[in-house]
Amino acid sequence: MAFQILLNFFLAFIWMFLSNDYSSLAFFKGFFFGGLIIFTLRRFFEHRLYFYNVIALFKLIFIFLSELIKSNIAVLKVILSPKLTMKPGIFSLETELKKDWEIAILANLITLTPGTLVIEVSEDNKTLFIHAMDIGDVEQAKLDIKNTFEKAIKEVSR
Amino acid sequence: MTEISEIIVGYLILQGALLSLIAAIGVLRLPDVYTRNHAASKSATLGVISVLVGLFIYFLLVDNIVNSRVLLGIVFVFLTAPVAGHLISRAAYNTGVPLWKGSLQDDLKKSRQKVKSNN
Repeated sequence: MAFQILLNFFLAFIWMFLSNDYSSLAFFKGFFFGGLIIFTLRRFFEHRLYFYNVIALFKLIFIFLSELIKSNIAVLKVILSPKLTMKPGIFSLETELKKDWEIAILANLITLTPGTLVIEVSEDNKTLFIHAMDIGDVEQAKLDIKNTFEKAIKEVSR
Repeated sequence: MTEISEIIVGYLILQGALLSLIAAIGVLRLPDVYTRNHAASKSATLGVISVLVGLFIYFLLVDNIVNSRVLLGIVFVFLTAPVAGHLISRAAYNTGVPLWKGSLQDDLKKSRQKVKSNN
C-alpha cells in the first residue's frame, strides 16, 4: 500500500518535470493522472488499490469522533445522576487482531467508547481486560460494537 | 457571517468549559480510581478539544490566520489522552488498588491467579 502511494507521488513529480511546471497545481494534476495510471495497472499489484485503504481510514476516524461524543454523553449521565447506581467491573475480551499497532488502535477506540476503559493487554496479545462502568446491561452490546471496531481496523490494514 | 461564526465559537468554547467542569465534578464524586479515570479521560479530552476547535475557528474567521499548531495540539490530545488513562489505571491495578465495593466481576484477577497456579 505504501508502495502504491510512493509510486503515485513519483508519477506526479515526473509529470511536473515533463511539463516543466513546478507549481502545486501541476503536482495535483500529475497526482490525479498518476492515480488513473495506477488504477489501470491494478492487476500487477499484490495488494488492492490504496484508495480503498484511504476510505477505510476516513471511516475509522469518523467512528473515533462519533464514539468520543457518545461516550461523553454516557459519562455525563452517570456523573450528573442524583444517585450512583452504576455497577462497575472488569471483563475480558478476546481479540483476533495480530499486529501491535492494530491492537493499540483497538485499545484506544475501546477507551473512547461509552463507559469502557482498557486496563491491561495480556502477554500473548490475545485478550484485553476492560473496566466497564455498567457491566450488566452493556456487555453484550459492547461486544457487538467491538466487532464493528475490529472489522473497521481490519479493513484499514488489509 | 461574523454573527454565525461568533455563535459557533461561543458555543464550542462554552461546551468545552462545561465538559471540563463536569469532568472535575466526576473526579470528586465517583468512588474509585477506575471510575474516576473514566470521567477524567473522556470528558476532559472532548472538553479540551472543543475549546481548541473554537479557538481555531475564531482565529480563522476573525483574523484570517490558519494556526496549524492548534490543529496539531488537537491531534496530540486526541491520541495521548486515552493512552494516559489506560496507563494510570493499569499502574493502579498493578499496585493493588481495590475496586469499588459495588463492582460485580473481576476477570483480570482470575486470569492472574490462573497464571500463578500454573507456574
